[in-house]
Parts: sequence; C-alpha cells; structure tokens
Amino acid sequence: MKSNTLNRRNFLKRLGLGTALTAGALAGCQSNKKSPNGASQKTELDVPTDRMTYRTHPTCGDQVSLLGYGCMRWPMMPSADRNGDIIDQEAVNQLVDYALAHGVNYFDTAPPYGRGQSEAATGIALSRHPRSSYLLATKMSNQSFARDGMTGKKLYQASVQMYENSRKYLKTDYFDYYLLHNVGGGSGIPFVQQRFFDNGLIDFLLKEREAGRIRNLGFSYHGDIQVFDYLLSLHDQYHWDFVQIQMNYVDYRHASGSNFNAEYLYAELDKRGIPVIIMEPLLGGRLANLTDHLNESLQQRRPENSIASWAFRFAGSFPSVLTVLSGMTYKEHLQDNIRTYSPLDPCTEEEFELLEKTAKILVEYPSVPCTGCQYCMPCPYGIDIPSIFSHYNKCINEGYVAESAQDPNYREARRAFLIGYDRTVPKLRQADHCIGCGKCVHHCPQSIRIPRELRRINDYVETLKQQGV
Amino acid sequence: MSKPHSLLRRMRIVLASLFFVLITLLFLDFTGTLQAWFGWMAKIQFLPAVLALNVGVVIALILVTLLLGRVYCSIICPLGVLQDIFAYFGRKQKKNRYSYSPAKKWLRYGVLAVFVVVLVAGLASLAALIAPYSAYGRIAQNLFAPLYQWGNNALAYFAERCDSYAFYRTEVWIRSVSTFVVAFLTLVILGFMAWRNGRTYCNTICPVGTILGCLSRFSLLRPVINTDKCNGCGRCSKNCKAACIDSPNHSIDYSRCVTCLDCLDACKQGAIEYRLRTSTQTTAPQNSRRRFLAVSAAFTTSAVLKAQHDKVDGGLAVILDKEKPNRNTPIVPPGSQSLRHLSQHCTGCQLCVAACPNGVLRPSSRLENLLQPECSYERGYCRPECTRCSEVCPTGAIQHIDRAEKSAIQVGHAVWVKANCLPLTEGVHCGNCARRCPTGAIKMVLSDPNNPESARIPSINTERCIGCGACENLCPARPFSAIYVEGNDRHRLV
Repeated sequence: MKSNTLNRRNFLKRLGLGTALTAGALAGCQSNKKSPNGASQKTELDVPTDRMTYRTHPTCGDQVSLLGYGCMRWPMMPSADRNGDIIDQEAVNQLVDYALAHGVNYFDTAPPYGRGQSEAATGIALSRHPRSSYLLATKMSNQSFARDGMTGKKLYQASVQMYENSRKYLKTDYFDYYLLHNVGGGSGIPFVQQRFFDNGLIDFLLKEREAGRIRNLGFSYHGDIQVFDYLLSLHDQYHWDFVQIQMNYVDYRHASGSNFNAEYLYAELDKRGIPVIIMEPLLGGRLANLTDHLNESLQQRRPENSIASWAFRFAGSFPSVLTVLSGMTYKEHLQDNIRTYSPLDPCTEEEFELLEKTAKILVEYPSVPCTGCQYCMPCPYGIDIPSIFSHYNKCINEGYVAESAQDPNYREARRAFLIGYDRTVPKLRQADHCIGCGKCVHHCPQSIRIPRELRRINDYVETLKQQGV
Repeated sequence: MSKPHSLLRRMRIVLASLFFVLITLLFLDFTGTLQAWFGWMAKIQFLPAVLALNVGVVIALILVTLLLGRVYCSIICPLGVLQDIFAYFGRKQKKNRYSYSPAKKWLRYGVLAVFVVVLVAGLASLAALIAPYSAYGRIAQNLFAPLYQWGNNALAYFAERCDSYAFYRTEVWIRSVSTFVVAFLTLVILGFMAWRNGRTYCNTICPVGTILGCLSRFSLLRPVINTDKCNGCGRCSKNCKAACIDSPNHSIDYSRCVTCLDCLDACKQGAIEYRLRTSTQTTAPQNSRRRFLAVSAAFTTSAVLKAQHDKVDGGLAVILDKEKPNRNTPIVPPGSQSLRHLSQHCTGCQLCVAACPNGVLRPSSRLENLLQPECSYERGYCRPECTRCSEVCPTGAIQHIDRAEKSAIQVGHAVWVKANCLPLTEGVHCGNCARRCPTGAIKMVLSDPNNPESARIPSINTERCIGCGACENLCPARPFSAIYVEGNDRHRLV
C-alpha cells in the first residue's frame, strides 16, 4: 500500500499537479506565518489565539489577559412575550467561547447589569468551561438599596443576600475579584460609610476574603475625589487588592463633570503598588469614532488599525494596569480588541502627545460625556436618555450639528439630525418629554446634569425645526 | 378592429391621467413638497372654488364648459377619472356593456335641490358626502395614502440600514373611523356602479355634474351624429358610459355627456364628430351658510403615569397612550377663523388632514361637523413653524396665514386639571408645560402662596395662550393630561 501511494505521488509530481495541490493545501498554514504581510486571507486567521498580552497580579500571581470582558452590554433580543428585552444567551455563549479561545480570561459583571440578567447569562456561558480557565469579577451593588433609605442591619442583610445571589447566578464557590461597586457617587463619604462601614458589611467581605471565597477585594470608583482618597487612606487597614478606575486619553487629563483626572488616580494607585483595572477605555464607545479630521490624523499614522485601537493601546500602555475592560456586544469589536492586545504595542512618547492633543480638541466639542452605561435608566417618564445623548454625540462627530443657519451644510445637517433623531428615539421618548424631575441625576457616574443637557438638546431641536422650511 | 384612437380622445386620456395622478399625489405626499407645485389642482375643483368664492376659477370653469362641454368631468374631476378606471375594467370583462337610458330628471334636480338646501341649512358636512372632489379626497387619504406610506416606510427601513437620510418613516393611522367607513363605502358603491354602468353617479347624483350639465347643454363644441353616415348599428350607444346616446333617434343628451369622446372611436362609420354648435346661457351657483351647534360634554377625570421603581439598570418605562379629552368646543385649525366659517366652507376633502405633519388634524366624528377637520393633541401639537393646512386648503375654509400671523391666532385656550397634575399627585418637580409653551403663557406658581416650599403648579395667562397644545401634548400625566386645550368658538388675535 505504501509503495502504491508513493507511486501515485510521484506520478502526480511528474504531471506537475502535485506542486499546485500542495501549494493550495498549505496556503492555510503558511498564511499564519505570513500574516504580518497582510497577504491573501482576511478571516479569523487575522485574530491570533496565542499572542494575548498578560499582566501578572503582584501579590496573588494571577495571569490576567490585558483585554477584560465587560459583561454590561451583552446582546439583547425581544422576549418571547414581547414584554421587553432579554439577553440573547446563544450569542453570549458564542462570544464567551470566542473570547476564551483567543486568550481573554477576565470577565467582569455586576448584579444590576443587563437589566439584572447579566450575572445569570454570564454564569451560564462561563460554567460550560473549567472554573480555572477564567477569572470572575462581580460587585456589591447595594447603592440602590441605600439610596432608597435602607441602613444598618436591613441594608446588611439585603447586601449579603445580593452577594449570595451573585454566587448562585454565576455558579461558583468563589470570586476571583470582588468590588465595592460605584463608590464616589451620592453624598460622597457619608454614602460610602452608609453602604459598607456603618453596617459592618466590610467585615463580612474581609472574612469572605480570609476564607478564600473572595480572592481579591477592591472597589470601582467614579466621581467624588474625597471618597477615593478616603478609601486609599484605609489601604493599610483593608489592603485593597486592586482598584477599578475610569481611564482613557480624554479622562487622563480632561475628566468631565465631578470625575477626577485619571492621571492623579493612576499615580496614587501606582505609588501604593495597587494593580489598576481600567473601565471605560473607550468612553462608552465615543472614542471609537471621532470627527473626520481627528480620525484622519490617527489613521494616517496607523492606516490598518481602528480608531478604537488607539484608546486600547493608550490604556494598556500603563504598566500597573492589570486589565482593560470593554463591554463588547459585537464579535467584530471583540476581534478588533484581541488584535490590539495580541500583543500590545505600547504607545510611544510621540503617540501619547498626539492623543493628548486629540483629547484637547475633543473636549472643545459640546458632546455630552455619556458612556451609555444605562445607570440612569429606566427614566420613570419613559425618556430614552442614553439614546438621545448618543444621537447628539454622533451628529457632532459627523458634523451634523450646525452652528447657525448660515453654515454651508445647514440643510443637510438639519435633515440628518432631525430624521436621525426620530429614527433613534421614538417621539414619546425624546427630550421634550423630560419634566426635569431630576431622579436620574444621582445615578449618573459621569455626573452629567441630565435634565439640563436634555433641555439644551431640545432647544437645539426646536431651533432646527423652527428655522427650517 | 376599431380604427386608431382619435387624437382628441387620446389627449383627453393623457390629460385626465396627468390630473388624476398629480391630485392623488397631493393627498399621498406627506412631505409637503408637491403642494408648492400642484396645489392649484385642488383649487380649480368646482365646489371648492365656489365655497372659496374664487370667482375667477368659477367663471373659467363655466366658460370651459360652455365651450367644450363637460370636459371638467372627464379630465379635472378625480372622482370622474376614478370611475373611468373602474369602467375600463368593466368593459374589459364585457364588451358593449352599456345602453341608452332616459335622463332621470327628477332624481338629478331633486338631489341638486336637496344639496343646495342642506348647504344653506348649515349641514355642509352631510352635503359633502356626495360632493365629488371631497369624496375622492377621502378615498385617497383614507385608502390610498396608507398604502403609499407603507411603501415609503419600507424604503425608509432600507435607507436607515444604509445610513441614508433620503426617506424617513411616517406614522400610518386611522384619523377617524367614521370617515374611513364613509370613504370605504363611497369607493365600493361608486366602484361597483362605475364597473357596471359607467357614469351613473355623475349623471344622477353628483351636484356638480348636474350644474355643469345645465351648461353643457349649450356647449359650443360637442359630439354630433352625422345621420348620412350612421348605419344605426348602435355601437356608440353601447359604448357610452354616460348612457346619453339615443342611437335609434340619432340624438345625444348633452347635459349628461361628459365629453369623453369614446363614441368617436366606437363608431366604425366615422359618423360621430366633435364639432361646433351655437347658443349659450349661464347660471351662477350660490354660496352656502350654516350655523354651529354646540355640544356639551362632561369632563372625565384622569389617571396618571405611574413611575416605575426598578433596581436594575436599563430598560424603558412603559408609556401609556394619551387619550382625547372631551372638549366642550372643538379646536379648528388656525386660519379657519371660526367654527362657523369652517363649517360653511369646508367640503371635507381631507387635504389638510393628509398634509398635517404633526398628527394634529383629523376629520371630526361629531355629526354636525362630520368629515371636517378638527385639532387634537394626543399625537403631537400644532407646531409654531407649520402652516401647511392653510396652504393646501382649496376652499378657503382655512385661510392662508403665515408663521407670524399664526403665532398670534388664538384657536383655543389651555385649561388646568388639578386632579392630574404631577407636582400635586406624585410630589415631583415638573413644569414641562411652562417650559415648552411657545408663547410663555404658562407660569409655575406656588400651590400654597404662604409656603415657599410648596409644589409649583401651572397658572395660565389666557391672554397669551394660542391653544397650540404643546402643553397638553407634552404633559407627563397619562392617559389624560393635566392641562388641555378648549377650543374657541371664534378665533382671535392675541
């Protein structure tokens, strides 16, 4: 038999067909080696499976993928009873499988994410894999209880219940990372004390850490800088294993609202040797697409890379960063981010300067610093706040927000803005229905003065409508 | 095989198609672009011109009829052309299907007399049921427009997906069930009659047809049977959709002939010609008049939107649809001057309803105003920059106004309903009515003047209010607003 095949091969070779066949068969294997040339095939082969950059946790030694999966924005679909949306579990499973297969091993969720369904969906998807193959992070999100006036023992019990529920939904005995969620909002230090210290919840969590059911304890921070300094002053007592902050090339030196510049936050953490986890590296997607002019200046330097990749490279370039979280709804975004970090090509000094210049220009635009986190939702009066802001920001980026009726592209801009507005936001959920009750304001981690911004946008809409014809 | 179509008949068909398509488009186009070009086509319709006291148009139509016969009925009138379309299919199914029938004079003049009496007696909306142009308008607006809009929405769906702003979605909704039913019945009955017998409606019921018939009797040009050539085959009579050719007697009833010139082609002997004849006479139609009947209705209390309290992020609160409050006096569009003026001049053609981009205008369901437009603010409000209804109205029922005039015309006035007001019922800060009022007629005041901490409630300065309904539409209380607009009997300038 053996000689027979050899004969056949020789025969084929002699005919000259052999070379053609082997070339075709090997094309797949070769393209892997040749991919930096960007040659023929542009498929999944372009997304490496084994080149992810990992960071090592200084104390526990975890190998954490630089790209972390934020589970806040899982794909949704209409529920069977047409009564609202549910998470598309099939799509989540596919995304999780893909991420794990390409080296992403950090998954970050929280009880309120995805209308309260994220933990369960993430748990279902991850539990199909060995527990040791991924690192799991979730949070103590008792801010809504505390805001409703719950204190003391009652708050403690509700919080512990939330902790137990997380273990149940995520189908796990332990959390690799556990965070005090969204500290810095509300009334500042008193609010943090109400949530964690006055009722003894922190002692419970410390005990859980001792017992190994929480491997790393930290907090995620937005807003009031006094809270950040206060919690860091307790570092000697509690020994934070990590801290999660909002950092991107805009917030680094030009943080909006009551947020504090990430440059300071990072330096403080770095000084104490506390590993940093980055959230909102893309500023809620806003840094994935800038104005034409800014896009061009970035693309000129790296024509083959996405605009978003700049934001990820920026965040990943800081050595104390453990992982950079991204809430990826679409596989294409996941692929793009894996490419960016497989491996990370850190920003040069010159590139840092370019991004700082870009940020300076960006903050001059009247965009609303909304990241689309949905914490403000649902608005009791039905306003679709994030969609209104995202439409407005998109129009600013695309040059569809005219300064005056004399602008050369005024008519086009007006049509695009108004038609796009009705497309993205149903009429009943538009800004003119905001009554200014202000219930959303203290939910916003970016401390956007939502009613005021909605009013500003509505004034603009009114001007467009009335100046037209 | 018949000889080639006569040039005259072909011209009639081309012109009729052109008028029909463009007038129909007036009712279908919700963007308001066609109106600027072809709005005049609605204004040269006979009854609207009479009601608008548009003397020039009326005289021109009379002269055209005296000169050419009832070409109005075969070219300009969209309802006439619509019947021709049905008749065409009727003839396809069965050739030579018509026959001569004597004029039903008592019915024609009886209907005309009743029509005039009803108009004068102040029941124009009833009279409008049989008025040709407005009957067609109702059919186009209620039955054709939804199809057109669904087609548009399909295009908008694809435009959205390729990030184009060429098309935008429009809402398809039935403005009034009664008007929809009227339009549907009109189409079915007229369509059936036209399919079987051609222009029966035009020659027995249509008041405009009867008036023009009195004139066309004396028209200068007309089809005439040349008895020398006629072989008495009767083909002309069997193909006359107006049933007006008495072929054995070689006579044509010119009061019923709509000058379609089909007989010219039907006659294989070439015995029928369209040619001159003498003798003229004119009559002038009358203006109508009617009075307004007020209907009182008890005001119903309302429920209020319940705020949702969820512990999770995201999602959208359910929004209840607004319900129409019972208004003691209906609101009619700015430019219509008064309820009386509107009801005297409006033929209920629905052109304004089709043109309204804000979902405000709909035909009234009240018996005494049936089919005539009224405003309501559940879906939108009468926006300050829009004067479209006043631009399209062919009868002068809604007088032409510009934006500056509109901003000062009070069509109604806002009324506060304490029981629904959110600052009192739910203890939230609101003031949306005051914030959105385009004239600044609403101010938020303390509900308890002695307590500076008390909730702020709206107070309305009716001298500034123009009744546009922004407050009613944007009030968060649902399904009944905490502030609504009562119509004014007579509009006034503020």
